Amino acid sequence: MDFTPTEDRRMIGDSLRRYLAEQYPIEHRNKIAYEGDFHDPAKWAELAELGILGALVSEDDGGFGGAGFDITTVFEEMGRAICAEPMLGNLMALRLYAAHGEAERVEAIIAGAEKAAFGFDESDAYGDLDSITTSADGDTLTGRKTVVYGGNSADYLLIAAKSAKGALGLYEVAANDAEVLPYAMIDGAGAAEIILDKSKARCLAEDARAAIELALDAGRVALCAEAVGAMDVLKVMTKDYLMQRQQFGRPIALFQALQHRLVDFSIEIEQARSITIHAAAKLDSNDAKARALAVAQAKNLIGRAGKLVAEEAVQMHGGIGMTWEYSGSHYAKRLIMIDHQLGDTEDQLRTAMALSDLAGTA
Amino acid sequence: MDLNFTPEEEAFRAEVRAFLKENLSEELATKVRNGRDLNKADLEGWHATLNSRGWLAPGWPVEHGGTTWDSVHMHIFEEECARANAPRTVPFGLSMLGPVLIKFGTEAQKATILPRILSGEDWWCQGYSEPGAGSDLASLKTRAIRDGDDYIINGQKTWTTLGQFANKIFCLVRTSTEGKRQEGISFILVDLDTPGIEMRPIKLIEGGYEVNEVFFTDVRVPAANMVGEENMGWTIAKYLLGHERTNIAGVGASSEALSQLKALARKVKRRGKPLAQDPIFAAKIAEVEIDLEAMRMTNLRMLSGVADAQGSVSSMLKIKGTVIRQAINDLARRALGATAAPFPSEDVIGNYAIAPSEAASNAANYFNNRKLSIFGGSNEIQRNIIAKETFGA
Repeated sequence: MDFTPTEDRRMIGDSLRRYLAEQYPIEHRNKIAYEGDFHDPAKWAELAELGILGALVSEDDGGFGGAGFDITTVFEEMGRAICAEPMLGNLMALRLYAAHGEAERVEAIIAGAEKAAFGFDESDAYGDLDSITTSADGDTLTGRKTVVYGGNSADYLLIAAKSAKGALGLYEVAANDAEVLPYAMIDGAGAAEIILDKSKARCLAEDARAAIELALDAGRVALCAEAVGAMDVLKVMTKDYLMQRQQFGRPIALFQALQHRLVDFSIEIEQARSITIHAAAKLDSNDAKARALAVAQAKNLIGRAGKLVAEEAVQMHGGIGMTWEYSGSHYAKRLIMIDHQLGDTEDQLRTAMALSDLAGTA
Repeated sequence: MDLNFTPEEEAFRAEVRAFLKENLSEELATKVRNGRDLNKADLEGWHATLNSRGWLAPGWPVEHGGTTWDSVHMHIFEEECARANAPRTVPFGLSMLGPVLIKFGTEAQKATILPRILSGEDWWCQGYSEPGAGSDLASLKTRAIRDGDDYIINGQKTWTTLGQFANKIFCLVRTSTEGKRQEGISFILVDLDTPGIEMRPIKLIEGGYEVNEVFFTDVRVPAANMVGEENMGWTIAKYLLGHERTNIAGVGASSEALSQLKALARKVKRRGKPLAQDPIFAAKIAEVEIDLEAMRMTNLRMLSGVADAQGSVSSMLKIKGTVIRQAINDLARRALGATAAPFPSEDVIGNYAIAPSEAASNAANYFNNRKLSIFGGSNEIQRNIIAKETFGA
């Protein structure tokens, strides 16, 4: 067994970390993440130039990575910088385009020439592909997709909708052909409501269920890795603060009650890192059930660990942790809100329960 | 043991309920229910409404405009106000400075200041914490030096809640650097119009503004503005913090937040069914309801046993009360799934609401209420107080 990353992945991770540290410091991130475009288009182009998007797609599909560990390598660095670029939406879109042989689109996204997003959630269908009501009629779509990550900046929207056959189909809508209502999220970065009213759509597949589930699982693994990156940074910030903050004539790091709490959440971060590695490995498995179970387990644990780390970090910082100016508060928000994306702790628990062998007979 | 309210107490509850029905506008109640920020006019208007009924400062003695209510009446009043989604009154003048002046103030201070708190002419804010003096309040450094009939103040206060609406501030300042740190602190009243004061807003985690930093540069304050003797500020501060904590359990507010959570869980869908019917989520709501039910009884037990909850009793109420409230806020955020995400000012985009409008601030309120376990003496400091009493050291 060998847990060291391959040389290629280490290089991608290192160069992305260097780039984000230099070009995407937290002050810049907070300036662009909550207003204007809710991301930085120039930095997006540079990330594409660095080959970050290519790392998310396999060689066969026009990229040079595409495995679970490639995704975690990129997203762990995204999390360390709480980067507000629309990487999640484009990751899922890339996987879906690639799965349907859309080589041109894949190439354009990898090059940074086009951006895409994937609309699946609806207000009464959260993490729930069976309750989707958006539907196709001929070459149009009607319905509404809520909180579409990166929908604010996408040129093309991939939409999960009921096909004429009643199966879950996949459609492409040009952003110009839909009503796109962009907004900032509470933890920064952009999303959009997508209103489709007999909007012109191109069918990629009338039954895309398996590909959609795989793309969502890739997104979940990405979010897990992003959370691990963010937790690592928040842990260091909290440790440094405890050592620097003086009360009662000494650094508060000397109080055992606080030491133990930092230790407890450090243990959870290692657990989170481990289960993310487990899920990333399973993402490439041909056993769809084993993959789905591992991913659900990972995102459940990440949800719990992220909440613990976020809340404890804010609490141990005291008032400072409650301020916008302190970067730790934005990491805490990101960790809490990651849980809301692509199915939360409870939602993953439902999946894990359904897929567990506990459900068998005695 | 009789766990029922007396007929007189029930009649009082009915009276409060009728008053609220008559006098609390639907518009204001909706704002409170939906967790929206209240502006200065909202709060001043509600103070005036309560004042016209004589219920603005129920804890004060009757001769200063208060009531004769005991702690059970106070509890009923708080519970009914929360249930009706009335704004919480602003505590700095009413529950902090008022009781301090009544206990330690001169006749002149009482006569001039107390009526202006009730009338709304003065809005007080608090100058306690400093960047280097939070949990360890006694390490405060803001200096007041006597100069003739004045003190000259230099230093910085922080976490001053709603200071942007205030015209006055009460401060703890250092008047002596000799002896024990606690023995060199004084309590002084300052007009915010005095030259040399600068207030700067602090933006909070969720993007709202409710606290401020206050900078003092050679601020000249009449010596007559001191409350109590020079260097007895710590005694006053401890007395004030005891008052701050009397309603700290927030049982009424948590009960209202819980019923809103239940209503939301019945409304939103998860996997094709109302979230309230999902056993995993329903179990979490049931657990916090159990904790709140126990808290309600704990609070009443403490109230009936201790006239003015102080020391470890109020510390216990603070810890448990804030933890329960935060757990409810956490579930209210989770109930929204993906739709919790929009930035709070963006809950309606075009003509489309993203989350139900009464729940659109749930994520923001969750983040904002992380303050509950930090301010007013962090929960860690409350544990120290209980531990000190338990172990006697």
